[in-house]
Amino acid sequence: MSSSKSQRAHEGKMMTGSEIFVRSLIEEGVEVIFGYPGGAIIGVYDALVDLSDIKHVLVRHEQGATHAAEGYAKATGKPGVVLVTSGPGATNTVTGIADAFMDSVPIVVFSGQVPLKLIGNDAFQEADIVGITRPITKHNYLVKDVRDLARIVKEAFYIATSGRPGPVLVDLPKDVMAQKAAFEYPKSVNLPNYVPTVEGHLKQIKKAADLINSAKRPVLYVGGGVIQSNAAAELTELARKLQCPVTTTLHGLGSFPETDHLSMGMLGMHGTWYSNIAVSYCDVLIAVGARFDDRVTGKVEAFAAEAKKIHIDIDPSAISKNVKVDVPIVGDVKRVLLKLLDHVKPLDTGDWIKTIEQWKREHPLRYKKGKALRMQQVLHTLGELTGGDAVVVTDVGQHQMWAAQFFKWKHARSHITSGGLGTMGFSLPAAMGAAFGRKDLPVISISGDGGFQMNSQEMATVVEHRLPMKIFVLNNGFLGMVRQWQELFWRKRYSHVQLLNPDFVKLAEAYGCKAYRVTDPAEIEPVTRKALEYSEGPVFIEFVVAKEDNVYPMIPTGQTVQEMIDTPEPVEPPNGAAAEAEEVMVLEKG
Amino acid sequence: MTTATKSINGESSTAQKHTISILVQNTFGAFNRIAGLFAAKGYNIDSLSVGQTEDESVSRMTIVTRGDDQVMEQITKQLNKLIDTVRVVDLTFESFVERELILIKIQTRAETRPEIMQIAEIFRAKVVDISPKTLTLEATGSQQKVEAIVKMLKPFGIKELARTGRVALKREFQGEV
Repeated sequence: MSSSKSQRAHEGKMMTGSEIFVRSLIEEGVEVIFGYPGGAIIGVYDALVDLSDIKHVLVRHEQGATHAAEGYAKATGKPGVVLVTSGPGATNTVTGIADAFMDSVPIVVFSGQVPLKLIGNDAFQEADIVGITRPITKHNYLVKDVRDLARIVKEAFYIATSGRPGPVLVDLPKDVMAQKAAFEYPKSVNLPNYVPTVEGHLKQIKKAADLINSAKRPVLYVGGGVIQSNAAAELTELARKLQCPVTTTLHGLGSFPETDHLSMGMLGMHGTWYSNIAVSYCDVLIAVGARFDDRVTGKVEAFAAEAKKIHIDIDPSAISKNVKVDVPIVGDVKRVLLKLLDHVKPLDTGDWIKTIEQWKREHPLRYKKGKALRMQQVLHTLGELTGGDAVVVTDVGQHQMWAAQFFKWKHARSHITSGGLGTMGFSLPAAMGAAFGRKDLPVISISGDGGFQMNSQEMATVVEHRLPMKIFVLNNGFLGMVRQWQELFWRKRYSHVQLLNPDFVKLAEAYGCKAYRVTDPAEIEPVTRKALEYSEGPVFIEFVVAKEDNVYPMIPTGQTVQEMIDTPEPVEPPNGAAAEAEEVMVLEKG
Repeated sequence: MTTATKSINGESSTAQKHTISILVQNTFGAFNRIAGLFAAKGYNIDSLSVGQTEDESVSRMTIVTRGDDQVMEQITKQLNKLIDTVRVVDLTFESFVERELILIKIQTRAETRPEIMQIAEIFRAKVVDISPKTLTLEATGSQQKVEAIVKMLKPFGIKELARTGRVALKREFQGEV
């Protein structure tokens, strides 16, 4: 902690709630806050002037502050912090809080509130934000007495970051923040009813190990929990020890290097063909830090129907919620995997891997390069130029799915996206948050033309702080994913999916950002390279892409692997001689 | 009355009445969060009774709801996750003692009053208020008893009625005593 010496000097000193608040944040090791001032929170903003240990980033919309906090948290593993005023300031954080709740992101949102005696009186800029966010926060607080403030801040951070992480909101009435109390930061938290299970039950772990050791066609189904638990190394070790093929969810991307022959890429609605097929044929499914979300399972009854299932998760309510599992293990993923590694042995999966490789050859991810610019090519090129050494923050839609498919993921915390809630407008502010937290790898924001406009105001914040970010807008003039559904399932009746867009390059330049436009596929590589090399500030590239293009493979909602649709584009035969005929294991079902 | 519903893995399961006893810390908003969990799952709360326990800082909430077993298991797990929750017990599958208190204001005439008093005696109910045109009875008992007394008094005309909802505690010796 930067000024712990001066912090100690303030122990026991009388000070206002606003000062206690800022000192408490310093105690928590907070380095950056994303916020927007207002009447109810003006006292706290005054306290920030003198205590400059913490960097405050002024955003241009409170929603941007919450997504920035999410991006920061996902990129660094540290909790994101938001500071907003009452009323509309607080309600503008609702979407971001709901997003953090769905994706289990540790953020703490501090909102100003009208004085205690005015609550419930329809006061100016009053909103019952505690009531509004109750169902979308892990927990929330209204501070009624300044003497509770330090304890509440400590509890808020503890709750947000422990167990299954999630958002916590603390409402700060203006009069309470003006009251005085002695500053005493508690040494520990006292929450006897909240004790997350960290160590997995050894008996269950041994049971899982026995099941794994008998598997002939195992699959590791890996989710965001592995990254939250900082367990990518253990997961990789387990996969390689077992020689078990790995598929990840959207949030699991990066936990296992996709360059490894065991990697099957992403599974689910827009996952790879072979990962979905492998899951449907496997005999043991090892779910690690994943929640059997409907985008992954499709029709729940048919998901991995042949397999015995092991589920490792820190949240007991996530286990057997959608899909009943055979060996549940409640605990921190990293701790459980470490123990599990002691009890498993290498498996004989040679034939299984060969079969999967055959499937990979028959149904690879593919797109045809042509005259028109395609998103797949832009993302594929980005992956090659960076070698996976980047922090990529996507928005929501077709580009998000193509990024998941065509970028070669290598590192944990290199893929940041809005998964559970699917919030458009997430990418730009979240990438901004990530850029404040990560200086080691380039931060790249990728949005569609629709999503970019939902929080484009944050361009001002990005330029103000001269963040060396790359901002890509893949512009097809459509709300692509919705258009795809309307094309495939609604007889191509396009209803309100076409967008009249501004000149994005002019818009970026109006904010003072260096900007390029790419219309020719031949320009993709040189312009991307130029952007990656530019380090004096943000750089914006608009890619004008094909208007209508569909994401494949696709398993339509609630359907099974049998209904999976692959891209109509043919598989290019390998260069040179025809592929050698290989013996493919015939799998007996049932 | 039970209705077949689809649940996890598509196995059919029937909705039935559940009595859930929750020990919760007496903090601001704790009850709202619990009620919200049921609302979010679309589960109606048939009755809800809450009061202090032997520990002043802890309250006991007794909720009677209707739903299929699998979803009730999810609700119970979610209730356990809440920071303020001390303990959750689904009493439905255990032996438990349950009671409810009811106050009923009945319309009376001189001729009907004796019969009403007779019914009150049979149910061991007490008269707690009287007026020329009304009579208020207080009765306690199991939910079945309370429902029976209401049925018996309905023909006379019930002016107002207030029920506490079920309170319940697990039996120490599981099974008949």
